Amino acid sequence: MPKVTINGQQLDAPQGINLIQAAEMLGIEIPHYCYHPGLSIAGNCRMCLVELQGVPKLQIACNTRVAEGMVVHTESPRVKKAQAAVLEFLLLNHPIDCPVCDQAGECKLQDYYMDYDRQPSRFPLGKKNKKGKALDIGSGLMLDQERCILCARCTRFFDEVTRTSELAIFERGDHCVVDTYPGRKVNNPYALNVVDICPVGALTEKEFRFKMRVWYLHRTPSVCGACARGCSIDIDHHRGRIYRYKPRYNPNVNQWWMCDEGRHSFKLLQGENRLLKPRYQADGRLATEGWDTAIARAAERIRGCASQYGPNAIGALVSAQATNEEIFALKRFMARAVGSTVVGGVSWTPVGASPDDNFLIRGDKNPNTAGLKAMGLLENGLGWVAGLVRRGQIKVLILLRCDPVRILGESEFMAWFGALDHLIVLDCIATQTMAFANQVMPIAAYPELDGSFTNFEGWVQRLRPAFDPPGEARPALEVIGALERELLKVEWNYSAASVFAELAQAEPAFEGLTLEGLGAHGARIAMSRNGSGP
Amino acid sequence: MERILSRWVDIPNLRDIEVYEAHGGYRALRKALFEMTPEEIIEEIKASNLRGRGGAAFPTGVKWSFIPRNSEKPVYVVCNADESEPGTFANRYQLENDPHGVIEGVLICCRAVNAHTAYIYLRGEFALQKRRLDEALAQARARGYIGRNIMGSNFDVEVYTHRGAGAYICGEETALLESLEGKRGYPRNRPPFPATYGAFGCPTVVNNVETLSNVPHIIARGAQWYRSIGPEKSPGPKLFCLSGHVNRPGLYELPMGFPLKDMIYREDLGGGILGGKKLKAVIPGGSSFPVFTAEEALKVNMDFESVRAAGSLMGTGGVIVMHEDTCMVDALRTIARFYHHESCGQCTPCREGCSWIEKLMIDLEEGRGTMEDLDRLIDIASNMEGNTICVLADSLAMPVKSFVPKFRDEFEEHVRLKRCPFKFSAKFVSFTSSERPSSHAVDGLSSS
Repeated sequence: MPKVTINGQQLDAPQGINLIQAAEMLGIEIPHYCYHPGLSIAGNCRMCLVELQGVPKLQIACNTRVAEGMVVHTESPRVKKAQAAVLEFLLLNHPIDCPVCDQAGECKLQDYYMDYDRQPSRFPLGKKNKKGKALDIGSGLMLDQERCILCARCTRFFDEVTRTSELAIFERGDHCVVDTYPGRKVNNPYALNVVDICPVGALTEKEFRFKMRVWYLHRTPSVCGACARGCSIDIDHHRGRIYRYKPRYNPNVNQWWMCDEGRHSFKLLQGENRLLKPRYQADGRLATEGWDTAIARAAERIRGCASQYGPNAIGALVSAQATNEEIFALKRFMARAVGSTVVGGVSWTPVGASPDDNFLIRGDKNPNTAGLKAMGLLENGLGWVAGLVRRGQIKVLILLRCDPVRILGESEFMAWFGALDHLIVLDCIATQTMAFANQVMPIAAYPELDGSFTNFEGWVQRLRPAFDPPGEARPALEVIGALERELLKVEWNYSAASVFAELAQAEPAFEGLTLEGLGAHGARIAMSRNGSGP
Repeated sequence: MERILSRWVDIPNLRDIEVYEAHGGYRALRKALFEMTPEEIIEEIKASNLRGRGGAAFPTGVKWSFIPRNSEKPVYVVCNADESEPGTFANRYQLENDPHGVIEGVLICCRAVNAHTAYIYLRGEFALQKRRLDEALAQARARGYIGRNIMGSNFDVEVYTHRGAGAYICGEETALLESLEGKRGYPRNRPPFPATYGAFGCPTVVNNVETLSNVPHIIARGAQWYRSIGPEKSPGPKLFCLSGHVNRPGLYELPMGFPLKDMIYREDLGGGILGGKKLKAVIPGGSSFPVFTAEEALKVNMDFESVRAAGSLMGTGGVIVMHEDTCMVDALRTIARFYHHESCGQCTPCREGCSWIEKLMIDLEEGRGTMEDLDRLIDIASNMEGNTICVLADSLAMPVKSFVPKFRDEFEEHVRLKRCPFKFSAKFVSFTSSERPSSHAVDGLSSS
């Protein structure tokens, strides 16, 4: 571990890190534009110039690795002058159109100008170079070449990460522009990552721009639910509405990136499709009711069925869209409150979904297939439960985030499930099965939940609730808890943390884990060990 | 003095291999292959104190010794023939007239660093030079100097020529390597240096044409002979490119340390200032370097140390002479236009600074400048200098930081008059005009 001194502070730095990383470990910011830990070193922005004792010229921190005895100054007068100079140079031909720029508020030019420059312009406005603005370059990317500072992060992303090289720098000197090749557009399932890494407003997202000023957005760390990868994300939201997902760094799962499909997946979870009120089947239509009557109605049907046919006449199906806690809570509810062992798991992906690729995208479009499997629920699934229903052994069925009509089609569904007495659907969005339900209970979608998903490699990652569920929708754990309370007349702690604690005790794969202990980067379960299932 | 590097002037058809061989050609290569170990070659070059002629004056033998011995990766030798510094035209004549001299230098270098592949990277405009070189390479290959088992030595070496696409920056050694690899000619961050990570990520020696041309002579005649020419610290013959307002512009081979005054005024050399005018300024090393006033120029000797001590750099030896009717503001504007045009655009200070300086220079020359602009020029140049990946930013910063203070009166006059004082004078000779002898007088190439 080389010992380095930065601004008088000593650090035993890990071998091989650069000075930007070393300074960060000491809480010292070295400003930079072109450097990104996920990309090669470009060294072109010259913003990270620092003074090394014994070296005559200023050196770029991004390309300087720590070495024993290195003494670094990041705030010396020479460094400060160089930083201010670089900012002045960067702003010379910049249009300074912050009032109409979507990047305003999260723009490194704005931030660093305030931190490291703050001088009036010495360059007349009329002499600025004119370049392309509002160019639609494909894959939902909008390019403004005048705002571009030519840090080459985007070109390096397409060269090094996706290896598709759709963007390049053309021309020379101050005529340089980032652009696509003639007659071509960006066409790439990961294209929008360049919006995240663009430090200025040169690359913006067509769908997000002009929708919301970023300073109004609140940020909640969570996990993308669009496929079995489960990329770590930040949910950016305002007043109960999600405006965008941003990838959140996780070395175990997605590094700095996510796919565009996952990035836009939140749209399905908001809008007209959301279920807002409990409903029950009355005269061929779904009428609304209050939660108390909904819970009482469900409990009464369960109780009645159990006394008439025995507890195993009540079954449940849970999909891999549910969180670990929801799956476990339902399984335990069935065992403890109902006394039934009929709980099946469903992990289904529609035909035509994007297949596995060699980067992040997984063909399995469920965020928690591995969790369902680890709790032993994948061995007996839809077919098993369907068979029991058809043979008349199950009369009441509870569906948690599960849409068998979509999987089977209406006629097939009726052929298998037509004999049910009572069908209870717990879901966050309208499903095709809903039309056949006796009761529909609106539950929270995963961005509104505390809990966890287990990704296909066994990484258990924490979800955090961004805001309260809309309307009267409630977290599924609360609904299950209320049902259990109604049936057993005992209070039950339905917080995600306590359910997870019990899950960790009951399911061998999760042994030793706690929800709090998952941290920002998750914890891994052993994929070979499966828990006991019904 | 005997012509060494430019002996083609005395030997007709030197570019023909038979003539070249008849005048001792490829004897140095034979010596390097059969009488010397690679280490001995490097020691001999070190002992000669040969310093790079491409502008940086780095000791050539030391550079070669940086190449790792027994490298697991292949080692490459790259000859930089991207001669593009304004005011410089030595390499082109060498390539045209003595291509075997360059090739022999390349081959000896390959032997010294154990490289089996060499590239000669020519500037895009060097079509004739590439043709001559390719002809020479074919001749050398036919004679067994290139290819497998050269001269029966069991040493294989292949030499390729490659033409760039016309960018000044590709003369910078790492941009040259990028361009050679088929990429955009962007200078690389150092470290790593080409000696460890050069062409295609392998250890590479990059040497200028003129540097490598010296090598066969050193090997053939010994380091001691070589050091007897010119001053101790930068010895050897030098091809000086004399251009601008002199009566006899052209290429002159002179020993290092030759007085600049004699180069300009001696009858058999520059022959004095065009039209008998007064000398105003000289840029001693190609357009990138600080300018000398007439007074400074007349005192300096042309070797790396002396020119540096006098406040400039000898660079490539491109001597640009300006007489009294030259507008120094216009001259600097021309230089700024060049560097603005040629900045690769990679580093912020250079990309933006070169353009800003040119815009200020246009304003000054056209009478729209202010006194503040003069200080601003210095400030911008200071902010560019030393803060970029390569030295292109410095190549404009250095002229700015010498032109403005040394000829401040002239700059201020432009501001005061709100016009160029030379423009409305009958005496005006533009720095960029074609009002000068039409050819670089190669025929008049002479020696002291």
